[in-house]
Amino acid sequence: MSATLVIGAGIAGMQAALDIADAGFTVYLVEKEPSIGGRMAQLDETFPTLDCSSCILTPKMVSVGGHANIELLTYSEVIEVSGEAGRFQVKVRKNPRYIDIDKCTGCGLCAENCRLKGRIDSEFNVGMGKRGAAYLPFPQAVPLKYTIDGEHCLMVQRGKCGKSPPCRDACPSGAIDFDQQAEILELEVASIVVATGFDPFDPLLKPEYGYGVYDNVITGLQFERLSSASGPTYGEIKLDGRQINDVVFIQCVGSRDRNLGNAYCSRVCCMYTAKQAHLVREKLPDAQVSVFYMDIRAFGKGFEEFYDRVRAERVRYRRGNPSEIVKRGERLVVRAEDTLLGQPVEVEADLVVLAVGLVPRADTEAVTQLLSLSRCEDGFLKEAHPKLRPTDTEIEGIFLAGCCQGPKDIPDAVAQAKAAAASAIVVMSQSDSKAISDQE
Amino acid sequence: MAPKVGVYVCHCGINIAHTVDVEEVAKATAEVANVAVARNYIYMCSDPGQQLIQDDIRELGLDRVVVASCSPRMHELTFRRVIQEAGLNPYYLQIANIREQCSWVHTDREAATEKAKDIVAGAVSRSCLLQPLEERDTEVTPSALILGGGIAGLQAALEIADAGYEAHVIEKEAALGGHIAHLTNTFPTVESVPSLLTEVLERVQTHPRIEVLTHSRVVDVDGFIGNFQVQVETLPGDADTPTATELTVGAIVVATGFDNFDATLKPEFGYGTYDRVITGPELEKLLARADGPDTSSLLGSDEIEDVVFIQCVGSRDRNGGNPYCSRVCCMYTAKQAYLLRQMLPDSRITVFYMDVRAFGKGFEQFYDQVRGQRVLYRRGNPSEIYRRQSKLVVRAEDTLLGKPIEVEADLVVLATGLVPRQDANDTSTLLKLSRSEDGFFMELHPKLRPVETTSDGVFLAGCCQSPKDVTDTIAQAKAAASSALIPLSLGKVRVESITCSVDQLLCSGCGLCAEACVYGALTLNERTGIMTANQVLCKGCGACATACPSGAIVLRHFTPDQILAEIEGAV
Amino acid sequence: MVAEQSILERCDLWACIQCGKCTGGCPVAFKTTLNIRSLVYHALVDGQLDPDGMEELWDCTTCGTCVLRCPKEVEPSELIVALRTALVDGGVIPPTIGDALTSVFRHGNPSLMPPDERADWAEGLPVKSIAEGAEVLYFVGCIPSYDDRAQKVARAMVKVFQKAEIDFGILGVEERCCCNEVRRVGEEGLFEYMMEEQQELFSGHDVKHIVTTSPHCFNTFQNEYQGLDIKVQHYTQFVADLIAQGRLAFTGELDQIVTYHDPCFLGKQNGIFDEPRSIIQSIPGVDFQEMDRIRDRSLCCEGGGGRMWWEGTNPEDRLATSRFEEALSVGADVMAVACPFCLLTFELAAKASGYDEKVQVLDIVELLAQVV
Repeated sequence: MSATLVIGAGIAGMQAALDIADAGFTVYLVEKEPSIGGRMAQLDETFPTLDCSSCILTPKMVSVGGHANIELLTYSEVIEVSGEAGRFQVKVRKNPRYIDIDKCTGCGLCAENCRLKGRIDSEFNVGMGKRGAAYLPFPQAVPLKYTIDGEHCLMVQRGKCGKSPPCRDACPSGAIDFDQQAEILELEVASIVVATGFDPFDPLLKPEYGYGVYDNVITGLQFERLSSASGPTYGEIKLDGRQINDVVFIQCVGSRDRNLGNAYCSRVCCMYTAKQAHLVREKLPDAQVSVFYMDIRAFGKGFEEFYDRVRAERVRYRRGNPSEIVKRGERLVVRAEDTLLGQPVEVEADLVVLAVGLVPRADTEAVTQLLSLSRCEDGFLKEAHPKLRPTDTEIEGIFLAGCCQGPKDIPDAVAQAKAAAASAIVVMSQSDSKAISDQE
Repeated sequence: MAPKVGVYVCHCGINIAHTVDVEEVAKATAEVANVAVARNYIYMCSDPGQQLIQDDIRELGLDRVVVASCSPRMHELTFRRVIQEAGLNPYYLQIANIREQCSWVHTDREAATEKAKDIVAGAVSRSCLLQPLEERDTEVTPSALILGGGIAGLQAALEIADAGYEAHVIEKEAALGGHIAHLTNTFPTVESVPSLLTEVLERVQTHPRIEVLTHSRVVDVDGFIGNFQVQVETLPGDADTPTATELTVGAIVVATGFDNFDATLKPEFGYGTYDRVITGPELEKLLARADGPDTSSLLGSDEIEDVVFIQCVGSRDRNGGNPYCSRVCCMYTAKQAYLLRQMLPDSRITVFYMDVRAFGKGFEQFYDQVRGQRVLYRRGNPSEIYRRQSKLVVRAEDTLLGKPIEVEADLVVLATGLVPRQDANDTSTLLKLSRSEDGFFMELHPKLRPVETTSDGVFLAGCCQSPKDVTDTIAQAKAAASSALIPLSLGKVRVESITCSVDQLLCSGCGLCAEACVYGALTLNERTGIMTANQVLCKGCGACATACPSGAIVLRHFTPDQILAEIEGAV
Repeated sequence: MVAEQSILERCDLWACIQCGKCTGGCPVAFKTTLNIRSLVYHALVDGQLDPDGMEELWDCTTCGTCVLRCPKEVEPSELIVALRTALVDGGVIPPTIGDALTSVFRHGNPSLMPPDERADWAEGLPVKSIAEGAEVLYFVGCIPSYDDRAQKVARAMVKVFQKAEIDFGILGVEERCCCNEVRRVGEEGLFEYMMEEQQELFSGHDVKHIVTTSPHCFNTFQNEYQGLDIKVQHYTQFVADLIAQGRLAFTGELDQIVTYHDPCFLGKQNGIFDEPRSIIQSIPGVDFQEMDRIRDRSLCCEGGGGRMWWEGTNPEDRLATSRFEEALSVGADVMAVACPFCLLTFELAAKASGYDEKVQVLDIVELLAQVV
């Protein structure tokens, strides 16, 4: 029976994999990071239902991890693809974790004892937390196995770590293996689903907001980590003991901005900001919360009603795209024109959250080379037809799912992933029936 | 031999632990009768959490498992599988909901902890009386029914048929294509819809595995996933009596579409009074005339100098409209403004809006383009329209000028929203679908299950679930197809194990249970005078058990003894 | 002057999305500086609103168009009333409105007229006091009781009731101002006081059914008097019913072209559009012509919200004048009204513009009285 390769195990990749696997086909699910889950694992609560993101994600992760038809290849990358629909030849490199995952029990002693513990910026916590070289990206990781980051690990980089690497000494299962090498797997698949996701816009590209200069100007994704129970502050909105009375959100940072080269709308920021404003209101009941916007794009099911709810929770929506943020004493000052007042305004803040948009991943070029795909003007992967074929590519047998094709929220990513799965199933069914009829 | 119960109390991060002292609960539960072990862990649903349970089952010989955590709706299936993998019958699992029913609804830590202890004790007590249940599969008919022949239905049909299964498309009207058959061009690419649609229609009509029945309605649906019996009536315009067709299908995709908001419900716009106030869909029809767009047909032979579009008519409106956003109107208006600009190069075109929702791929760029074509966007939701001699006058406030204004128009186009179909109730009754607060059909979970419904084997596609454009409709239709393809591909589907059971000695055949059953699972066996329960149709709702005056019918896994044990354990 | 939480929360302004539908439909927005959307926004972002010096606040007629149309169920006019209340509490109020309020308090009517002359309009007419017991209380209202022109309406009403053999009574000198406008100019205290007095009066006379001349009295009794277990109707509802039941016989014809202006407190605010029309159209000989701005799109006469007691920041530009232009455009001989405020403001506007030569302003009941 045929198989499909799914590249990327965020919510889109996982959903595509699950649908295909549930239908009885084999899936190779390749994920670059040590754990599956993608961006959704980084979120606190999702809009508009305010579901705890991990709570709705982990069942899917667990299903993926335990599915008989899904072969999970984490900490792995696809390095070569050739062939055609029905018969793609794929090479996957399993990067060395320096930990034998068959022996690893997930006890965490290696990370506890790592010489570099607390010294490396945690990618999962978007720089707001630290980790060691031996680490678990987040508590609900699937597979729940530790990884040693070869880029930073002293043993890997320099061949020595003090007298003896404390991780290896501490590990009760003898799972640490610095001799581990990358492994190359060769697979043949009938179809490929690309679900490589997105990166958040880097607000260093908008220096007028003082991101990177003022530590109380953060991105939306960083806010998720602050708000999240599994984050660096265990869910409290706080910054170094600073009292937070005034929070300002700024929409459209890095989106709808031709000056930056991102003319497009990132689709999710209006809603994620509304949700974050709600979370601030919940956790800091007396704070003044303002949102600066150009248009409120609350277009989906339940979105407008959620926007109504958030305003009723005393969140001030002010129309105007702020021009700059400066400091006055200890406070930040957001300078904008309030276009409904028709006047320039200055709003003081203790915390500014930039609603950064979604941009194509930094490695998108590599993906397009790998699979001979094209990119749209906005830099995302190109679909076969923008109206009628949103999940097909120009290459038969290769499909797109999720944000790699363009920004979208979770329900739209899930729907698209299922759509890609259907297409993959069609290819595999046709391939299988052809194989059967060839035999006959 | 007394049962050995393993109890696992979940912290759920801080979701439970913040309000309930989970360690305390585990400690207290360890003292409860029949409890062999009581643990607490930060995330029971995670890999190590599950491992804990499986290890204990093997090492301690547990034969019952209680997980005190979130609602069973979240993880009951997960944990059933966990214990099954460790060798236990999955129905020896009992969930104690100490999140939705405890930590999430209380603030007093002491009281919440006590309550959690009671809930868990009840669960333990019940678990001791749980019985193993059989897991069965049923065959799946390798075909699907598609209700509605618009773009959503057609796309779903194509996907299912391409994968090798039969698809029956049932369409009420004479022709396929639904609403998009009345569109001119798409946004944002401004391509011709008729030619796009023709492509799709051709594929559908020539596909060996797609059957299309137009002029047809589904009048009855019986059965269950894998085996739906569908009665279809076909009545072409010139016929007197309908032809009946019976179909057996494995899955159903609902793609019944939407209706347009009735602009007469907003009398302040004078729709119905002034014939030059029209709706977006009406403009679309005018533009789509087969003999080419003809401006003079819009208004007799008058010249059109001033056109005004008004957004959000009937949407985002708690006062005579609907509170939700109809998602497509900002873009269809931009497209219409664009098209009119091509036809009427010297006219003044104004769009009144509240927010411009150009959120999709290429949308913002198209919005830029339309403004570049000298279409003036003015922020303000007009309050009323009246007539001044030969012109219409639109009264609004331009909120960016901060001043009330009057704009004269020769043509006003109301961007009416999308509403659930008038006959949506018929469909929801037929298929036991739920409706969301906005009136559209309800998906199983708004985030993670956008196409499934509460009825297994019945899926949603397109605007019947909520307003969306063609691109998102197609994606969703394919998603629905994917869900349908799961049972179709497997060829079999697991049936509910928690079903009712009739005690032949107690049953007097009174039939009250059958009256209570909405699934038609109970019938009287004429020969024996005893009720028979169809184990496949039964969904385990328990209504029959409550209705039976003799206690002759019980719901497995929810027997009176089990429920009473839970109550006694809790108090 | 006004605490942030109280005004924002009290008027539930947080729901506002600044769409501008309120200002866009506000009748006086086009002729004054009053911009209700902007006021709401200032309340939202500044946290406080100092109404000091905002003379335009008194221009609002409380027609209710803003409330009627707001898609987010905000009641913008409530903000205006709240701001007026703040001003009144501080003793800041246009003098003529202040005088009217004092008069209501002292004399039970805003026109400084003696209370014991309130029933003089009925002299010579067979009108009994409600104290004698009757099925219907005809609540006359201040203007029809005291104003020369409007008294004709009251008398016409009596004639119609008699012809239909209605068992009705009036409160006579006991009747007091309904205070619909008193509340809307911000004098909540006076309103509450008068409301309690009036309610006691009604229950004292065991009143079961009230029929009013004015939509304003109807509005406040129906919607704002607490726990009133009485059937309240505007006379057009009552009379339309009578005609439908065949209890009024027509003895003559009216060979005129008649148009009808929907009063804000009858039409927009209470949804009563059809009954007045059915009365007019039942009159033999009448050629009924609709103007353009009718029903939900009717244009306020500028009589409500205290405007009977103060001419506004822009008195020269009368909205009522444009109504005559409309009436003439449909060839009307008669502009029919169903509200004493509309009656008087239209008469004034007609004289000021010279339209009084061309169009007669008559209350519907006056038309009816001519032919029964």
